[in-house]
Amino acid sequence: MADQHEPRDFFDKPENIEKMLKVFYVICGLLVVADFIVHRHIYHDWENIPAFYAIYGFVGCSLLVFVAKWMRTFLMRKEDYYDE
Amino acid sequence: MSNMIPFLPLMLGALAALFLRGWARNIIMLAAPIVGALNLMGFEHGVFWAMEFMGYSLELVKVDKLSLMFGYLFHLAALIAVIYALHVKDTVQHVAGLAYASSAVGAVFAGDLLTLFVFWELLALTSVFLIWARRTDRAYASGLRYLIIQVLSGVLLLAGLLIFAKVNNSLLFSHIGLDHDGIAQIGAWLIFAAFGIKSAFPFVHNWLTDSYPESTPSGTIFLASFTTKVAVYAFARAFAGEEILVWIGVTMACFPIFFAVIENDLRRVLAYSLINQIGFMIVGIGIGTSLALNGAVAHAFNDVIFKGLLMMTMGAVLHMTGKINGSELGGLYKSMPKTTILCIVGAASISAFPLFSGFVSKSMIMAAAVKEGYDYVWLLLLFAAAGVFHHAGIKIPYFAFFAHDSGIRTTEPPKNMLIAMTIAAIACVVLGSFPAQTVYALLPWEHDYQPYDVTHVLTQLQLLFFSALAFVWLNQRNLYPPELPSTNLDVDWFYRKLAPNIVKKVACKTYGAYEKLENTVVISIKHMLQSSYDEESGKPKGYFAKLWPIETMVVWVAGLLAAYLMLYYIIGLL
Repeated sequence: MADQHEPRDFFDKPENIEKMLKVFYVICGLLVVADFIVHRHIYHDWENIPAFYAIYGFVGCSLLVFVAKWMRTFLMRKEDYYDE
Repeated sequence: MSNMIPFLPLMLGALAALFLRGWARNIIMLAAPIVGALNLMGFEHGVFWAMEFMGYSLELVKVDKLSLMFGYLFHLAALIAVIYALHVKDTVQHVAGLAYASSAVGAVFAGDLLTLFVFWELLALTSVFLIWARRTDRAYASGLRYLIIQVLSGVLLLAGLLIFAKVNNSLLFSHIGLDHDGIAQIGAWLIFAAFGIKSAFPFVHNWLTDSYPESTPSGTIFLASFTTKVAVYAFARAFAGEEILVWIGVTMACFPIFFAVIENDLRRVLAYSLINQIGFMIVGIGIGTSLALNGAVAHAFNDVIFKGLLMMTMGAVLHMTGKINGSELGGLYKSMPKTTILCIVGAASISAFPLFSGFVSKSMIMAAAVKEGYDYVWLLLLFAAAGVFHHAGIKIPYFAFFAHDSGIRTTEPPKNMLIAMTIAAIACVVLGSFPAQTVYALLPWEHDYQPYDVTHVLTQLQLLFFSALAFVWLNQRNLYPPELPSTNLDVDWFYRKLAPNIVKKVACKTYGAYEKLENTVVISIKHMLQSSYDEESGKPKGYFAKLWPIETMVVWVAGLLAAYLMLYYIIGLL
C-alpha cells in the first residue's frame, strides 16, 4: 500500500487539480470565442450552428456515457461468468 | 533479379529464432524486419515469381503502391514489436511473432487468390500461438475459439476462390466487387464474408475482443498489427466503392465505443477501439473516391503505430504490475512517469489531436464523407471520433495512471520496452506533423489533401476539448460509470453461453430419454420374468411350463401310438 510518509505528488494536491481545471475551462472558453472570430470553412449546413463542434462533442459524449451506463443494467455479469 | 521474395527475410528470421538463443537470436530478430524493408526498396512495380499451377497462372508477388505501403508498414510494425519483445525468454512467441508478420507480408503481395488464401490461413495458424503463449486456461480456450473463426474465414475464401476459378478461369486477385451474375455472385459474397470476418465486422467481431486481451503483453502487439490490416488491404483492393461497406463501417465505428466505456480490462477497451478504428477505414473504402481510399489506408498505417503504442503501454503495465483491470489500477504515474507520457502520446494520436498521427488520416475520411454527401455517416463518424477520445484518449491513461491511487508501486518497464514505445511515439508525432514527407508520400492514389488549415484545427480542437469537458463534468458529478470487475455480454454470448447451454440441454434430454427407455425395457423384462416364475416354489408359472410326471408322458405316447395305429388302419380300409 502507499507509504504514509511518501511525499505527496503533484496530482495528490487538490489545489493543483483545481488550477489545471481552471486552465482547461479557459481553453474551452477561448475555443468557443474563436468560433465567432475566425472565419471557418463551411462544408455542411449544420456547421453554420455557432460552436457546432463544441456542442456536438459535449452532448455526444454525455449521451455515450449515459447509454453505456444504461447498457450495464442488462449486459453486466460477474467477472467469472464464462469460467463457470 | 537479385531481390528476395518479400516475405522471406521475416520467415528466415523466424526459422533462425527457432534454433538460435541469446544475443544471436536477438540480432537476427532485429535484422529480419530491417533487411526485409531494405529488400522492398529494391522492388519496382510489377509481377514477380509468376508460375503455372494446374492451368492457372499464379503471381506470388505483385508489387504496386498499395501493396508496398502495407509492406513497409508491416516491417515497421514487426521491428517495433520485436524490440518490445526482446526481453521475453519464450521461443514460441519469438518464432510465432516473426512468422505471423511474414505471413502478413506474403498476403499483401499476393497477386492471386490462391497465394492469398495460403497466407490468409498462415496468419491464423501462426498467430494463435501468440495467444496460447499466455499459458492460462482462459487463453487456451480463447485461442481455440479464435482459431475456429479464423479458419472459417479461410474456408469461405477458399470456396469463393474456387467458384471464381471456375467462372473466370483465372485466379488473379484484383477488383472483385459485389455485382456479378449467377454463381459468381455467390463467390463474391463468400470472399466478402471471409474478408469481413477477418476485419471484425459487427456480429463476427468477438474473436478480436475475446482473444487479443488474453494474449501475452508482447503477443498482443503483434496481433493488433497484422490480421485486421491485411483484411483492410484486401477490401481496399477487391471491394473499393461498395456502398454497403459505408454502412457496415459506420456501425463498426459507433457500437464498440459503448462497450469500451463500460469495459474493465483496459486491453479489451483497446480491442474495442481497434474495431472502432477499422470502422473508419471500412467507411473510407466504401466511399471509394481516391481521397477516401487514401484516408482509409493512411489511417490503417497510423493506426498500427498508435494502437500498437497504446497496447504496448498497457502491456508494460500488465508486465510490471500483473494487473490490467481499471478497477485495480490507478496512480501509476508516480512509479511509471515515462510510460505515462508515452501513453498520453498514443492517446493524443488515436484521438486525432492536431500534430498527432490520427489527425491527418481520420480527417481525410471525414472530408470524403461530407464531400460525397453522406451526411448522417459524417455525423455518426464525428460522434465516433468524439467517443474515441472519450474511451481511448481519456479513459485509458486516466484509469491506469491517474484516478484514485491504487497503492501499487512499481518501476518503469525493461529498457527494450521503453525503446519500442519511444520509437512508436516519435513515429506518431512525425507522421502527424510531417504527413507530406511520410505517410502521404506512400499513398497509392492521386491526391492534394491538406489537413492543416484553420477550420480543421479549430473544429477538431473544439470537438475534443468539449468531449473532455463532458468527461470532467460527469466525473465531478459522480455520474461517470466506475470501473467494476465484470464481464459484459456481447455477441460471443451466443456461442460461449447460449449454444453450449442448448447443446448441454439437448444432450441431457437425449441421455435422459435413453436412460428412461432402458429402464422401462429392463423393468418390463423383469416384469415378464416375475409373472412367469414363481419365486416361492422356485418353479415357472403357466400351463406348459409346469413340471410333468413321467407317467403322463408315457400315457401320451401310448395315446399317440394308438391314434397312429387307428389312422393307418382307417387309410388301409379305404
